[in-house]
Amino acid sequence: MAEVATARTYRLHLMVCAGTGCVSNHAFELKTALEREIEKHKLENEVTVVPTGCNGFCERGPILVVQPGNVFYQQLSVKDVPHLVEEHFLKGRPVAKFMYFPPEEKTPVPVLSDIPFFKKQVLVALRNRGLIDPEKIEEAIARDGYKALAKALTEMSPEAIISEIARSGLRGRGGAGFPTGLKWQLVRNAVSPNGGAKYVVCNGDEGDPGAFMDRSILEADPHAVIEGMVIGAKAIGAAAGFVYVRNEYPLAVNRLAVALEQARAFGLLGRDILGTGFDFDIRIKRGAGAFVCGEETALIASIEGRLGEPRPRPPYPAQSGLWGKPTCINNVETWANVPVIIDRGSAWFAGIGTATSKGTKVFSLVGKINNTGLVEVPMGITLREIISDIGGGIPGGKAFKAVQTGGPSGGCIPKEQIDLPIDYESLAAAGSMMGSGGMVVMDEDTCMVDVARYFLSFTQDESCGKCTPCREGTKAMLDVLTRITEGKGVPDDIALLEDLASAIKDTALCGLGKTAPNPVLTTLRYFRDEYETHIRDRKCPAHVCRQLNIYAIDPRLCLDKGKGCDVCRRNCASEAISGSKGEAHAVLQDKCIKCGVCADVCAFGAVRVE
Amino acid sequence: MPKLTIDELAKMRDRTRRTLVPREGGEFRAKINVHMGTCGIAAGARAVMTALIEEAERRSLQDVLLTSSGCAGLCSQEPMMTVETVGKPPVKYVNLDPAKAREILEKHVLGGSIVRDYALGVGSEKTDA
Ligand SMILES: Cc1cc2nc3c(=O)[nH]c(=O)nc-3n(C[C@H](O)[C@H](O)[C@H](O)COP(=O)(O)O)c2cc1C
Ligand code: FES
Repeated sequence: MAEVATARTYRLHLMVCAGTGCVSNHAFELKTALEREIEKHKLENEVTVVPTGCNGFCERGPILVVQPGNVFYQQLSVKDVPHLVEEHFLKGRPVAKFMYFPPEEKTPVPVLSDIPFFKKQVLVALRNRGLIDPEKIEEAIARDGYKALAKALTEMSPEAIISEIARSGLRGRGGAGFPTGLKWQLVRNAVSPNGGAKYVVCNGDEGDPGAFMDRSILEADPHAVIEGMVIGAKAIGAAAGFVYVRNEYPLAVNRLAVALEQARAFGLLGRDILGTGFDFDIRIKRGAGAFVCGEETALIASIEGRLGEPRPRPPYPAQSGLWGKPTCINNVETWANVPVIIDRGSAWFAGIGTATSKGTKVFSLVGKINNTGLVEVPMGITLREIISDIGGGIPGGKAFKAVQTGGPSGGCIPKEQIDLPIDYESLAAAGSMMGSGGMVVMDEDTCMVDVARYFLSFTQDESCGKCTPCREGTKAMLDVLTRITEGKGVPDDIALLEDLASAIKDTALCGLGKTAPNPVLTTLRYFRDEYETHIRDRKCPAHVCRQLNIYAIDPRLCLDKGKGCDVCRRNCASEAISGSKGEAHAVLQDKCIKCGVCADVCAFGAVRVE
Repeated sequence: MPKLTIDELAKMRDRTRRTLVPREGGEFRAKINVHMGTCGIAAGARAVMTALIEEAERRSLQDVLLTSSGCAGLCSQEPMMTVETVGKPPVKYVNLDPAKAREILEKHVLGGSIVRDYALGVGSEKTDA
């Protein structure tokens, strides 16, 4: 057996984050600079540089974690490297100025596990994040990679594997939360026409705006997904699998391709896996990035080379999937959970989470939040813990208003429910859903009508057009929402929205249409008064809907503070401001097109928005 | 790369496992801290560190932490290192060279008995990792 390149003792391991976020912040340049400087000091036999997947704290990238010691450096640049290498890696003196300083604090938090962002996280699907080089299969193996596979292939019958997954309580992480063990059982029981094949599919389409959970898993630990799929294949009796991943994720596609090749070379994939006689292989299918292709029947059509459009279910893919054969389709994160469950046992997994929702969930935390990033938390954790403790609250001292979970198919949960525990049932009862893990935080400056309009315009855009309720219905709803945000709403509009929403929910062909009205329905449920104010008073309380704003200049502030600086007049494209330099200025309402530029450019806060 | 069998997979795991131990924040039975100030480096601290790393490699040690820290304030007696074993007071060693360092690793770190000939004193202040 060939010698393993990494089997060497180093006194320091420099874990450079090479997730998409840090890579776009020049992580690879940082890595090269570190290597060069380390060689300059002849430290290359003592200190190793290891590229890893996303650490989650992308906000602070590029990130470097020094092991042992777990010292967390952030926002490093190439010019910091000589000082850092000499001080810390040669002389052993950690450099405080490159460490993480919590907002408003003067002392850094040197150690990763003490940083609030990381403290409450529990890593299961992301168990190897920051710890291995995803392009070295030996490192995955060192962290128990493919151990569960060996167990599943030699010690467990397909039924035993399925019952272990069923007992763990694992539910699909792709949206609907269907029990994974049950799905596997259905595919195992299904009879393939003419005794033909069965398939497993990994859904890595991930189309929710702002979501990057699945991308990060594929980038950080592709072997976890591959191993999960081989175990699933053994359980249901499949001989081939596909990973459907969007082409916009080049790093993920590339790392997955490298991982597949290494797994084949090591005999962990392909013919006669681990000498057990089991054959199974996986191919990558790159998707063109349509939201609807994440829907399972559309995804299957796309893999088959047909137009990525959904079809009515039943039959479900478990009966008739790829090329009409029984097909088990699971989300990236679902697959990544499988090996740990087999390795550590269903009881261990079921010990995490709530009565109905077991294990952990990965969320991408974005929007008006201090710590944007990727977090993995135990089910049952409250929204407050995620937003305040992990997310570090709302920037600029603003008040929290709502959080959108479940992406465009989900809903907005208001601040009154911030102590809601995260599980499938609680989120559904609040009118939202778990979805695949998008979490968009909104502050007091957010207009909820505008938010609903944004998500609806997304789904309207992504609607494949095959069924009328979704194609025409979402268009009609979007027209109404647009009208309301422009101050042209009529009192019946709210009832109209509700009628359209329930018609679409009842009649749309696939989940895209059935869930598209959710953002409108939840904002109507929790923020109805905002809709009413828009329609009745022609006002947007958050001043987001510009057509409803009235811009006016306070003459006192303009003169006393700004000395009539004239900047607003010079920037106004519609010549809607009167006054000349040294005088108090005023907005000519009949000419104003409400673009808001005057308010943006005034350095003295003299432009009032009403 | 020939294909792995079940046994070979387990062997590979055990073999590569130890290289990853320093990343995982587990417990170490001992910590050896080589003082790497400018004075220490001039007196040969780098050679001491290299010898320790080679020795750790040769013996496949996975629970001994090798670190460096700044000048210990006793520049005339460099190279120096501090050895901390679990539950015992730290011991400072002075005027080291690679051979002495290897001896200390064997007798003190692995064998549990302090090498009095090279020791400055027992019970000096602890070091941070
Ligand atoms: C419009 C639409 C988009 C979807 N997008 C995704 C997606 O990006 N990733 C995903 O795993 N599931 C997505 N789903 C859910 C899939 O149809 C399917 O339920 C899921 O992949 C099953 O895997 P799971 O049981 O592991 O969750 C989407 C569903 C709909 C209706
Ligand atoms: S990409 Fe580096 S922390 Fe996310």
